[in-house]
Amino acid sequence: MNASVRGKHSLRRLKLPPNPKVRVGIAIFVFFALLALLGPFVVQNVMGLSPSDVDTTQAMELPSAEHLLGTTATGEDVFAQLVVGSRISLLVGFVAGVITTTLSVLVGVAGGYLGGRADSFLTAATNVCLVIPGMPLLIIVASYVQGRGGWLTVALVIGLTAWPWGARQKRAQTLSLRHRDFVSAAEMTGESRWGVITRELIPSLAPIISVSFLGAVVGSMFADAGLSFMGLGNINITSWGSMLYWAQNGAALTRGAWWWFVPPGACIALIGVAAGLINFGIDEISNPRLRKPSKEVRARARAARLHAAAGGSAAKATAGKSAPVQEAAS
Amino acid sequence: MPAPAEPVLEARDVVKRFPLHGPGGHGKEVHAVEPTSLALHAGRITALVGESGSGKSTLARMLALAYPPTEGEIRLDGAPVKQARTARGKRAYYRQVQMIFQDPFSSLSPVHRLRYILSRPLQLHGHAAGRPELERQILDLLNRVNLTPADQFIDKFPHELSGGQRQRVAIARALAAGPKVLLGDEPVSMLDVSIRLDILNLLGTLRDDEGLAILYITHDIAGARYFADEIKVLYAGQLVESGSADAVVEQPRHPYTRLLLESAPDPERDGGLLDEPEVVDDEETLGEPPSLVDPPAGCRFHPRCPLAKPVCATAFPPRTHFDDGQWVHCWSYDEENYR
Repeated sequence: MNASVRGKHSLRRLKLPPNPKVRVGIAIFVFFALLALLGPFVVQNVMGLSPSDVDTTQAMELPSAEHLLGTTATGEDVFAQLVVGSRISLLVGFVAGVITTTLSVLVGVAGGYLGGRADSFLTAATNVCLVIPGMPLLIIVASYVQGRGGWLTVALVIGLTAWPWGARQKRAQTLSLRHRDFVSAAEMTGESRWGVITRELIPSLAPIISVSFLGAVVGSMFADAGLSFMGLGNINITSWGSMLYWAQNGAALTRGAWWWFVPPGACIALIGVAAGLINFGIDEISNPRLRKPSKEVRARARAARLHAAAGGSAAKATAGKSAPVQEAAS
Repeated sequence: MPAPAEPVLEARDVVKRFPLHGPGGHGKEVHAVEPTSLALHAGRITALVGESGSGKSTLARMLALAYPPTEGEIRLDGAPVKQARTARGKRAYYRQVQMIFQDPFSSLSPVHRLRYILSRPLQLHGHAAGRPELERQILDLLNRVNLTPADQFIDKFPHELSGGQRQRVAIARALAAGPKVLLGDEPVSMLDVSIRLDILNLLGTLRDDEGLAILYITHDIAGARYFADEIKVLYAGQLVESGSADAVVEQPRHPYTRLLLESAPDPERDGGLLDEPEVVDDEETLGEPPSLVDPPAGCRFHPRCPLAKPVCATAFPPRTHFDDGQWVHCWSYDEENYR
């Protein structure tokens, strides 16, 4: 019996958020995740396309049934490049986002909560990293690395240079939580410092953390595309960034070859949109007050309201209408 | 009233001074608590009464190890508590001593369900092994604090509860550790008057049935009489009077205690509610609590005291004991010096 109760409990947690914006955002993300996971296999092994096969007889062709998104100046299939490149772009974005967020949460929350010498040290480290301008540093490191180590190096470089802003933000938020009673109460139930950080502070900071995670993923994808576009990534790996680099190199814009540069650009923009949409829903998770009561509860509240109205008093009915949520909660 | 043999939790001559920061504050300190001793006994409720800023909460937080006393020591079961720095040392202390906060709206994390809030202390203190056992104990806790039907409350979030229900959850969380001592820092002052009695009765039941030692901090001396066995009156960081609850309320010896009692409405007192109370007719004479950065010398109450004599401004009065166990710090009971 217990197991079934628990099963129901965890199922309820996994339920899709009702907010339509969030659903659209999640759908876009899932679409791209599936594209990155399965797309390259489907395109290369099932459809028999190659992202790198040069065929100068079919250069700069408009989208057609044979080449869904046309071809590049050297006759490569843009559709195949787009699908195969999604894997690298998403991977770089995801890994760099995880590195950035993890570092910023650890440094920011630990510093803000522990205070004292640990905080001084971590704040000093954050400030030092903060005053180093990010993009130039990225460019210098990337041009030194010159694409060695593949996408992982790029992700590491982005992740290790992008965390200080997030750390400052999380430290400030932690400072405001640190002396709330529920944190003291957790300390006084005997929770260790690490326990307070992971069980009380981080869940309370979840909206900020997930917003900044999504931001970091998108930002890292932008940075990766930017580096590749400047030719500082590994331009021989197919990614959305390197597609843009080659498109620019081939003067796609001046030659009107929109099918070459619009798809990778649009994909990057779409992921940014999805991140923005999901952020709307995260507030609801961390602030249960914003959640709508379940259908069952709403139905009960409506029944109670109707009952009150049937009782004859119009005033009662309007009072019920103005506070359905409170009614449901009590 | 003779005190039971051994106190469970004891503060011996604890002092707390907070250094001031910022412009003009360099080298100055807030004298929040002057040497104060306090003993909590099993099965007894000790009320600590005083106005805002008198150091009540500071004292409670020292007892809860939220910050170390500047001087003096805290003793648990007769053994001095080393200011445990390690998580394990603190946890061992919190297994015995638990605190209930004033504001139930901020003392419960908004992101957790009651199930989680109550399961943490049970897990941390190793009281529950396995999920079914944990669930059973959580339901048991909810029943103990009269949150019934418990199986409906267990999956609620704090925001779905009323203030009184939240405070019951906070009490249940404190009980989950299985403590011998509860420190209540104004546990009912944020609640509706209609709910206060419920919570106080709940704490009274815990004292009677489970023999908990309870420290009840309040500014409401009339409520303290109803509920507590012993009342201690704190003024500006100094204990000025102590005794059994009835004795202190019926026969207040310190002028400050009298002032506190007179400022509380009491329908049975001469004159009653409808007539103008005699002593508080002139608000000006009540004065303000003193600055704790630069406290008055001698008895800190002397600037407001109707009985003040020159000696009051020079030295803190010694303790005068009475037959019924009541004692007071006031020069007016010292015949030789008080003229």
